[in-house]
Amino acid sequence: MHPKARALCLYVAAALVALTPGCKDGQTGAVSVVGSTSIQPFAELLAEEYTAKNPNKNVDVQGGGSTAGLQAVSNSLADIGMCSRLLTPEEEQQFTGTVIARDGLAIVVNPGNPVSELTSAQIRGLFSGEIQSWSEVGGHDGPVRPITREEGSGTRESFVHLVMGKERISRRALTQESNGAVKELVKGDPAAIGYMSLGLVGHELKAVLVDGVQPSSANVLAGSYKLARPFLFVTKGTLRPEAQRFFDYVLSPESQKILETEGLVHAQ
Amino acid sequence: MKQDKLIAAALMIVALSAISGLALITVFIFKEGLPIILRSGVREFFLSSDWDPKNGAFGICSMIAGSLAVTAGAMIIGSVFGLGLAIVLTQFCPARLASVLKPVVELLAGIPSVVYGFMGVVTIVPLIRTYLGGPGLSVLAASIVLGIMVLPTVTSISIDALQAVPRSYWEGSIALGATQWQTTRMVMLKAARSGIMAAVILGMGRAVGETMAVIMVAGNALEVPHGLLDPVRTLTSNIALEMGYASGEHREALFATGVTLFAIIMMLNTIALAIARSSAKKGGSR
Repeated sequence: MHPKARALCLYVAAALVALTPGCKDGQTGAVSVVGSTSIQPFAELLAEEYTAKNPNKNVDVQGGGSTAGLQAVSNSLADIGMCSRLLTPEEEQQFTGTVIARDGLAIVVNPGNPVSELTSAQIRGLFSGEIQSWSEVGGHDGPVRPITREEGSGTRESFVHLVMGKERISRRALTQESNGAVKELVKGDPAAIGYMSLGLVGHELKAVLVDGVQPSSANVLAGSYKLARPFLFVTKGTLRPEAQRFFDYVLSPESQKILETEGLVHAQ
Repeated sequence: MKQDKLIAAALMIVALSAISGLALITVFIFKEGLPIILRSGVREFFLSSDWDPKNGAFGICSMIAGSLAVTAGAMIIGSVFGLGLAIVLTQFCPARLASVLKPVVELLAGIPSVVYGFMGVVTIVPLIRTYLGGPGLSVLAASIVLGIMVLPTVTSISIDALQAVPRSYWEGSIALGATQWQTTRMVMLKAARSGIMAAVILGMGRAVGETMAVIMVAGNALEVPHGLLDPVRTLTSNIALEMGYASGEHREALFATGVTLFAIIMMLNTIALAIARSSAKKGGSR
């Protein structure tokens, strides 16, 4: 080998060796929070606030879905999992779930859709494919396009648990893999109906009244709006001190206040 | 000489470890995926469209149909435009213009698939919804997006194939009085046939395997599509959509989806290779 080339190789090797521990530091230093895409925006917000208060403490928030979050915690890839549904009995044996907030599940339609109130039975019919036309529930005559979330999503499981019961979601339903994608689709399609976290609805979609009750955090808190689910932080064993600090911060009155202004309901 | 042997041995080890890695992956996929296919019954698994993994129903017929429909659509679009582009660039276009256009087409290959998917969602899907009806997320949308994505592969390999045809063939044909189009159609394309076939095969490989862009524009519904405007779920999107959550039998079923995908790609490649080989024997190309 040419002496210069040899020297270059050595430099590169040395640089790689020098960089490796740096990477490791980055990984173990930050608190990693992984899971539900419904909780993700709220967790990101809190993480930002937390880092602003404690400049040296980083919190790394990632999506992936409720069940993926649980798996990451179980494999010790994440400190805290975010889960937007109740834990199953098997999961409860393995993990500890702490309610950080409660959230309403909004049924959303395009703002151009005249339907603004539905009963649970009608929603069930619309999603199972039994109701084929919007005219059957008081809208224009036209096809119904239910939009669902992928198998395993916490939002989907809550929806199935709260609304569908034993009924199955139609096979014709479009499947989207995030709240954002559902939102984008309902926004553009007058025939669409979807479901998502109440806190994420925004102004571009119409959240319908369910069984005559306005979906709002006040009604979720009062218990009159029935489609409500817990947002959980899931842990396994004892947390690292850094992670515990963030965990405590999320449960503090201050961050609960932030979550409330974002449209969630505090953890009681 | 001793050094030569050493290097040869080292290269052999490198090559073997690459191949054995591939073999191990294959073994692993089959080991994880095959049991569930046998347990739920080969017929049930491949011919039923009932996919409800939570309740133990694993039928992937609709996804096989979805993958085939989307790939076929993409190949029609991709090969018509790709081959057309290759013909123009090699036969009918000033060399200087071609030397600019070819890299531009190749640049398309460098764009990440999620960008294609995003463009599809923002532009193609609303166009289809407004002018053709249906939900917009459809076989057609996925075919168009994938067709554009395979364009660089098909074009650049076809160009190479056409350029590899000896210049004397072209000169001979022109000298016999054939027009440029007759020469292209009857001499150049025939002689480059096996290379063009390879281009289409490689493009098809990309189309079958593409995931991200397809998830974004295909709608992922679980029903066998009845038309171009119906939403579909492909085998790859099924794996990517549910992988994050799956455990137990569900996970095995996703690996079985992978086995199916593997088998489909192997079959497509074998068929295409056989065609290329037989045409090479008959036509006597490169």
